[in-house]
Amino acid sequence: MGLHAQIPLGEPVTAQAAHVAVRGLTRIFPGANGRPPLQALGPLDLDLAPGEFFSVVGPSGCGKSTLLDILAGLSPASAGSVTFEGKPVAGTVPDGVGVVFQEDSSFPWLSVFDNAAFGLRRLKTPEAQLRPRVEEALALIGLSDFASAFPAQLSGGMRQRVCIARTLVMRPRLILLDEPFGALDQQTKLLMGDELLRLWRETGATILLITHSLDEAALLSDRIGVMSARPGRFIDVIETGWARDRDSRLAADPGFGAITARIWRQLREESLKAMRAAP
Amino acid sequence: MTPAAKPLKTGRIAGPLDTVVLVGASAALWALAARWVGPQVLTGPVDTIGYLGGLFADPEFRASVWETTRAFSLALAIAWASGLAIGMMLGAHRLTGEVAEPILTALYSIPKITLYPVILLFFGLGMPARVAFGAIHGIVPVALFTMAAVRGVRPVYFRTARSLRLGPLATARHIILPACLPGIVSGLRVGFSLTLLGTLIGEMFASQRGLGHMVIRAMETNDVRLLIALALFLVTVATGAGALLLAVDRRVARLGAGRG
Amino acid sequence: MTRAGLLRTGIIAAALGALEAACRLGAIDRFSLSPPSEMATSALRILTSGEYTRDILVTFATVAGAALLSVVAGFALGVLLYRLPRLKRAADPFLASYYAVPSFIFYPLFIVLFGLNRWPLVAVAFVFAFVAMAIASVDGFLSVRPILLRTAASLRLTRMETLRLVILPAAAPYLFTGVKLTIVYAFIGVVAGEFILSGSGLGYRIAFAYQSFETATMYGLMLILICAVVTVNMLLWSHEKRLHARLTR
Repeated sequence: MGLHAQIPLGEPVTAQAAHVAVRGLTRIFPGANGRPPLQALGPLDLDLAPGEFFSVVGPSGCGKSTLLDILAGLSPASAGSVTFEGKPVAGTVPDGVGVVFQEDSSFPWLSVFDNAAFGLRRLKTPEAQLRPRVEEALALIGLSDFASAFPAQLSGGMRQRVCIARTLVMRPRLILLDEPFGALDQQTKLLMGDELLRLWRETGATILLITHSLDEAALLSDRIGVMSARPGRFIDVIETGWARDRDSRLAADPGFGAITARIWRQLREESLKAMRAAP
Repeated sequence: MTPAAKPLKTGRIAGPLDTVVLVGASAALWALAARWVGPQVLTGPVDTIGYLGGLFADPEFRASVWETTRAFSLALAIAWASGLAIGMMLGAHRLTGEVAEPILTALYSIPKITLYPVILLFFGLGMPARVAFGAIHGIVPVALFTMAAVRGVRPVYFRTARSLRLGPLATARHIILPACLPGIVSGLRVGFSLTLLGTLIGEMFASQRGLGHMVIRAMETNDVRLLIALALFLVTVATGAGALLLAVDRRVARLGAGRG
Repeated sequence: MTRAGLLRTGIIAAALGALEAACRLGAIDRFSLSPPSEMATSALRILTSGEYTRDILVTFATVAGAALLSVVAGFALGVLLYRLPRLKRAADPFLASYYAVPSFIFYPLFIVLFGLNRWPLVAVAFVFAFVAMAIASVDGFLSVRPILLRTAASLRLTRMETLRLVILPAAAPYLFTGVKLTIVYAFIGVVAGEFILSGSGLGYRIAFAYQSFETATMYGLMLILICAVVTVNMLLWSHEKRLHARLTR
C-alpha cells in the first residue's frame, strides 16, 4: 500500500490522551415477538485523537448509525465503554458534543438565524453575545444571506447546512455526523465536503463521519474505519496521510484511487453478505 | 423525551385488557358520582344496567330502536354515497376542489342543529326529516376526507397508470381507489359517527319516534333513570361500532403504508 | 383574488340569486323559506333594533367561556394521552366514537347540578368540545417527526424544554385545527342546549320564533348565527392554511 508511509502519524494514541475512547463496545437488540436477540454491533475498540477526522464506512445495516448514537449518548451500549474527554458517556449527550443527522432536522418554524441561535437562546445567552456567534457560524457555512429565510424556502443542501450551523454555534469539540450529505446530489456532496474540511480546520474540532460513500471517506478523512457486515466490527483502519490543508481536488491524486480501491476490496465481500442477509 | 423513541409495543393481550381496565375505572367513577349527587340526579351503573335490561322487553323501546336503525341506515347510505361521489369529483379536478373546499369547510362548521326548523318546514315531522338531518351531518366530512385522499395520491401513480395505458375508469378502479383507500375509510368512519349524531338530533327535535325522541321525552319528564339508560345504550352501541370501524381503518392504513 | 376565489364568489352569488328567484316566483313556499334578501334585511333589523342584542351577547359569551375551558382542558388531556400511550390505546375506541353520541343529552343532569343559569350550557358545550381539542393535540404531538425529538436530545434539552421548544411548535398546525374545531363544537353545544331548555340566547330565540310562526325573525336570527360562525371559522381556517404552508415543503 505504502500510504501509511507518506506522513508519520506519530505514537499510537493511548486511552488517556484520546479525545474519544471506545472499549469493547457491543450493542445487542432484544428479540421482539419471540425472535432471538440481534447483535448489531461489536465488540469494537476505537480511539480518536484530538482534532482528528475519522470516517466510518460499512455495508448497510452494519450498525454504523448505532455506533454514532452510542457515541453521542443517544442510545445505550449493551456492553463496553465510551469515554469523551476522560468522562464516561451514558444516557445523555455530553457537553461539547454536536450531532448532525442524515435526515433534515432543521426546525421549520424558525428562521435560519433562529435555528442557528437555538442552543444559545436556550442557555439564555445575552443577545449581544449571541448575535456575533450566530453570524460567525452562518458565515462559516455560507448562509449569511439567508439568515431571515425559513427552511421551507431552502434547498436540501442548505437545510443541512442550517443543521450544521446550529451545531457549530455551540462550539462543539467533537462533531458526530451521521451521513449528513446522504440525501444530496453528487456535486453538492463534493462541495459540502470541502466546506466541512474548512470548518474542521478552522474550528479544530474532532470529527467522526458516518458515510456510505467510499469517495467521501477517502477524500475527507485522516483515518477510515471499514466495518464488517452485522455485527459491525472494524476489519481495517486506513490512514490516508493527507495534508491538513486539502480539498476535493484530491480526487485527481493517484493516492485517492488507491484508497477507494483498498476500501472496496475490504467492503465488497461484506456488502454482498449484508445484501444476502437483508430481509 | 427519551431519544430513539422506544418501541411502544405492549403486545396483543395488553391492549384489550387496558380497555377493560379503563371501562372499569369509568364505571367506578360513575358509581361514586351517582352516590355523591344521589339517584334523583344520576342513577348508578348497576341500577342503570338493570333498568336497561328491562327496557329490552319494552315494545316501545324496541320500536324506537328499530325506527332509529332504519333512519340511520338510510341516512348513512346517502351520506357515504354522496360524500364519496362529491369527494372523488373535487379531488380529481384541481380547480373544482379549490373552489369548493372553503365552502365545504364553512358548511362543516355551521351548527346544523340551527337548521332544524328549516328541515321541519320542508320535510315535515317524520322519517324524511330524520334521514335528512342525519345525512347533512355526514356528507361533508366524508366529502372532505375523500377529497384530501384523492389529492394525496402520488403523481407517480398517475404517470404509472398512463405508462400502463389504463383508461380513466381502470385508473380510478385500480390506481386511485386502492391508493387513497386509507383516507377514504377514515372519512367513512367520521361520517358514521356524525350521521348517527345527526339522526339522533333529528329525532330529538324533528320527530315523534326513535331513540332521540325517547331521549327528549325523558328529558322533559325528568325521567333520569330512562335518560341515563338510553345514554348508556347509545354510548355502548356507538363505541362498539366505532371500535370496529377503527380496527378496519387501522388495517387499511397499514396496507397503505406497506404499499408506500 | 385568485381564479378559484372569483369562481367561488360567482357560484355563491348565483346560488343566492337562484334561491331569491325561486322564493319570489313562488317555486318555494314563502312560509317555509324567506328569500335571502328578506333574511338579510331581517337580520339587519334585528341587529339595529337591539331587541336581541342581549341574547346574542349572552350566547357568544357562553361559547367563548366554554371554548376557552375546552381548549385548556383538551390540551392537558392531549398531553396526558401523549405521555401515556397505553392509556391512549385503551381510550382510542371511545375517542373515535365520542361524537356519535349527542352529549347534550346530559344537559338535564347539569341543570340539576348547576341550577338554571348559563353554567349548564357552558358544561354541556365543554363536554361536547374538549375532546376535539384533546384528539387534535395528541394527533399533533404524535405527528412530530422522530428526528426532531432526536435533535432535541442531541441539543441536551430537558423534557419540558422539548415539549415547549420542539413538540409544541412542530404540532402547532394541529393545535390550531383543534382550537378551530373546539370553537365550532362549543357553538353547537351552546345552541343545542338553548334549543332544549333555556330562557335566553340565540338558540332559544330561534326556537321561539319558529314556534310562534315568525318566519322572518327566525331566518334573520339564523343568518346572524351562521354568519358569525362561518366568519370565525374562515378566519381561523385561512390562518391555519398559512401555518401549514410555512411548515411543510
